[in-house]
Amino acid sequence: MTYLPFARKAGAAVLAALLLGSAPAALMAATPADTLVIAAAIDDIVSLDPAEAYEFSGLDVVNNTYDGLVEINPKTLQLEPGLAASWSVADDGVTYTFKMKPGITFSSGNPVTAEAAAWSLQRAVKINKTPAFILNQFGWTKDNVDSMISGKGDTLTIKVDKPFAPTFLYNCLTAGVASIVDAETVKTHDANGDMGNEWLKNNSAGTGAYTLKSFKPNEGIILEMRPGYWRGDAKIKNVFVQHIPEAATERLQLEKGDVDVARSLTPTDVAGLQGNKDVTIQNDVGGQVYYMAFNQKNENYKNAKFLDAMRWAIDYQGMADTIMKGAVIPHQSFLPQGYLGALDDLPYKLDIPKAKELLKESGVKDPVVTISVRNSADRMDVAQSIQNTFGQAGIKVDLKVGEGAEQLKEYRARLHDATLQTWGPDYPDPNTNSSTFAENPNNSDEAKATGYLAWRNAYDPGELTAMSQAAVMERDPDKRKAMYEEIEKKHRETSPFILMFQQARQTGVRSNVKDLYTGGAVDAVAYWLATK
Amino acid sequence: MADSSTVPEHHPALRFFRQSASTVVSLIITFLGLLAVTFVIARIVPTDPVMAILGERATAEQIATERTKLGLDDPMWMQFGIYVNDVFHGDLGTSIRTREPVLKEVGHYFPATLELSTLGILIGIVIGVPAGVLSATKPGSLLDQAVRLIGLMGYSMPVFWLGLMGLLLFYGHLGWVGGPGRLDSTYDMMLDFKVPAVTHMILIDTALAGEWDMFRNAIFHIILPASILGYLSMAYISRMTRSFMLNELGQEYITTARVKGMPERRVVWVHAMRNVAVPLITVIALSYASLLEGAVLTETIFAWPGLGRYITDALMINDMPAVLGGTVVVGAVYIGINMVSDFLYRLADPRAR
Repeated sequence: MTYLPFARKAGAAVLAALLLGSAPAALMAATPADTLVIAAAIDDIVSLDPAEAYEFSGLDVVNNTYDGLVEINPKTLQLEPGLAASWSVADDGVTYTFKMKPGITFSSGNPVTAEAAAWSLQRAVKINKTPAFILNQFGWTKDNVDSMISGKGDTLTIKVDKPFAPTFLYNCLTAGVASIVDAETVKTHDANGDMGNEWLKNNSAGTGAYTLKSFKPNEGIILEMRPGYWRGDAKIKNVFVQHIPEAATERLQLEKGDVDVARSLTPTDVAGLQGNKDVTIQNDVGGQVYYMAFNQKNENYKNAKFLDAMRWAIDYQGMADTIMKGAVIPHQSFLPQGYLGALDDLPYKLDIPKAKELLKESGVKDPVVTISVRNSADRMDVAQSIQNTFGQAGIKVDLKVGEGAEQLKEYRARLHDATLQTWGPDYPDPNTNSSTFAENPNNSDEAKATGYLAWRNAYDPGELTAMSQAAVMERDPDKRKAMYEEIEKKHRETSPFILMFQQARQTGVRSNVKDLYTGGAVDAVAYWLATK
Repeated sequence: MADSSTVPEHHPALRFFRQSASTVVSLIITFLGLLAVTFVIARIVPTDPVMAILGERATAEQIATERTKLGLDDPMWMQFGIYVNDVFHGDLGTSIRTREPVLKEVGHYFPATLELSTLGILIGIVIGVPAGVLSATKPGSLLDQAVRLIGLMGYSMPVFWLGLMGLLLFYGHLGWVGGPGRLDSTYDMMLDFKVPAVTHMILIDTALAGEWDMFRNAIFHIILPASILGYLSMAYISRMTRSFMLNELGQEYITTARVKGMPERRVVWVHAMRNVAVPLITVIALSYASLLEGAVLTETIFAWPGLGRYITDALMINDMPAVLGGTVVVGAVYIGINMVSDFLYRLADPRAR
C-alpha cells in the first residue's frame, strides 16, 4: 500500500515543524525572576472586598493589599502598630483614641487620613457582609456607627458599647474586615449605594505592599508591588497565584520548578517530596481545631468519669503521625496555638488500662457511642481509629456517616449522640472560641442558641459562662491571659468536649524562596518579605 | 386522492422534513426529561441548600428567609414549573459561591472545554479511523492485534490515572510538553493584558491577537490533555471503524470492484469508506459528546479552566445551582450533537431519508 509511507512522511514533517518552531517556548519552564508563582486551591474566594472576604484565599489577598490600624507582625505574630502610630483607651473603658501615622498613602496616591479610616470601618458595618459580625460585637450598627466612630485630621475616635478588654478590640482590628480602604477612590465606584462593594470584588484600593492587578475566579490572581510601601517595598515585583486544585499536580509543578510555592499539598505529597533538595517543606499551624463532642441529652455524657475514660482512650499522637501524616498536631485545649492564653500542654494520651478503670468507676454499663462523622476520608480514618481504641477500652462505637451540611443540621438541632467536628476561629482573639465552647447563657431547647457549640451539646458550662464573659472585659492583658488558661483547664476536665488536634499547614517551597511567612493560626500569608 | 399539485405522501423531501420534525419533538421531550432528572437530583441529594449557603453561623430567621427566597416552601410541582420556565428563559440560577448567574459562568468556562474536546476528537479521528481501516484490511495481522490491544487499553484505563501518568512522563521526566494550565506562568500572567478574550479559546484568541509565542506555548500545554482525550475516543472510533469496515469488505459490491481490477486503495478508501462513513458519523458524534462531558477529570488534573472543572469545584462545596446548571448545559449539548449527527446521517444515507 502506497499511502502509508506518504502519510508517515507528512505526519513526521508536521510534527517536526511543530517541535522545532515551538522549542524555545516549551523550554521556558522556570518561573520569571521577578514573580513569585504560587499554586493553590483558590476556589473558596467569594469576594476580594476586605469588608466581605472571609475565606482563606480571599484573606490572603487582603493581607497583602490592605492594612489595618493594628497589624500582626508576620514574623513574630505579635500585635504591632499598623496605620495607627499609637492608641490609648480612656478611663471610661469605652472611648479609644488612635493617632494615625503621617505620610502613608494609598496605592492611588491619596493620603491615609483618620477620616478614611473612620469611613472604612463604618462602611464594613453598613454593608453588613459575612465578617461584619466581628465589628458588630462592639455595639456598632448601621444606625449608630457614624456617631460611634469618627475621624478628624490624624485622630480617630472609636467608642464601644461596653468596657471590653482593650486587647479584644485590638485583636479584632487586625481582622481583614477592619482593613482601611481608600475612601475617596472607593466612593467614586459606588453602584446603587453599594459603597463600592461590586467594584472592590475585583479591584484593590488599599495601602498594602501589593495592588490587585487581575482576579479571575477559579483561574488566578495577579498582584503587583507598589513602590513606597510603609513597611518597606516588597522584594518580589509580582505574585501570581494559580488555581491548581489537584495536589498531585501541584507537587509535580513544584518539582519541575514551574511554581515556586505549592500550598495545597496533601501529607502524601509532602512525604513524596522528602529528600528533594530543590524543595523545602515549611511547617506552620492553622487555626482550625478538631474535636469530639457529646450531646448531654444523653445522661451518660454528664458522667465525669465516663467522659474521662473516653479522654484516655484516644490515640492522639498515633493518629497525628500516621493517618493524618502531619496534617494536624495533637492539641488539647479549645484555643489554638498562637492565641492569647492558648494551653499547649498535652495532659491526655492513649492509656487503655486507665480508660478501663475509669469506665468501671463511672458505673456506665456496656456503653454504646454513636459518632456522627462526615463522609470524607480523613474524618472517617479518625473516626475508625477512635472506634478501635474505644472498643479496646470497652466502649462500643457506631459510626453514623453522612454528608457535611446534613450533619451540621442535625448537630444544630441537638439530634446527634456524639460528633466528630472541626472549628475554625472567626477572628484572632481568644473570645472567638471561648464564647462558643465555654459559654451557654440559656440551655433550653427554646433558646435555639445554635451559635454556641456548648448549647448544641446541651452542655451547661455553669461558672465557665461567667468566667468567659468576664475575660472578654478584663483590661489587664496578663490577667486576661491567665483567665483563659483557667477556663481552658476547667473546660477540658469537665465539658463533654474532647479537643484532639490543631490543623498543621505544610507548604512546599522551592529552596531558593526565603522568608515566606504563612501567618500561623492568627494571620494570613505575607508575600512582601519573600525573596527568591 | 391527492391532486397533482400537492406533494405526494412519499416524496423524499416531505419525509425528510417529517422525520426531522419528529426528531425535534423527541429532543424537546428528552430535554424536559433531563430537566426533570436534574430537578429531582437537586431535591433528593442529602444536602440542605440553605445550610450550604448560610453555613455554620446562620440564625433561625436567616434560615427561614432564605428558604422562602429559594422557593423551597412552594409545592414540588410548582417548583418544577418555575425551574423549567427559568431554564427556557436562560436562567440557570445563581451560583451559591460566587453569587453570579450560572449561565454567565458557564459561558465563560465552556469554550475552554469545547476547544480541548474538539482537538481531542480530531486526534481521535485522525488516528482512530485509519487505524481501524488498516486493521480491518488485515484482520488477524500483527498490526490488527496491536490496534485492538491499544484500543482495549484506552477503554479500560481510568482517565485520571492516564492523565497523571502522562504528566509524570511527558512533562515531569521528558519535558516534552508544558505542565498543567493553559500556558506557562510567564505567559499566563500576560494573557489578559495582551490577548483580548474574543472566543475564550486560547489557541484562537492568541492567534487572533498575533501572539505567536503564546500560541506555540498554548499548543505545548493543550497537546497532552487533548491527546489523552483523543486516545480515549480513538479507542472507541478505531474499534467501530474496524468492525464497520470488516462488514463492508465482505459485501458483493466490493468483490465486484476488485474483480473489475480497481486498485485496492480505492476499493477500501472510496467504495467501502463511503458506506462506513454513515454509521461512523454517529460513533464520532457520541464520542465527541462524551468527551465534552467526560473532560471533568482531565480538566481537574491539568488545571484546565473548563466546564468540567467548574462542575467539580462546585460539587466539592455543595454549590448545587452551579452543578445542575453545568449539567443541564452539558446535557443540552449532548442532545444537540445527537440531533446534528441525526441530520448528517440522513443526509449521508439515502435509505434513512
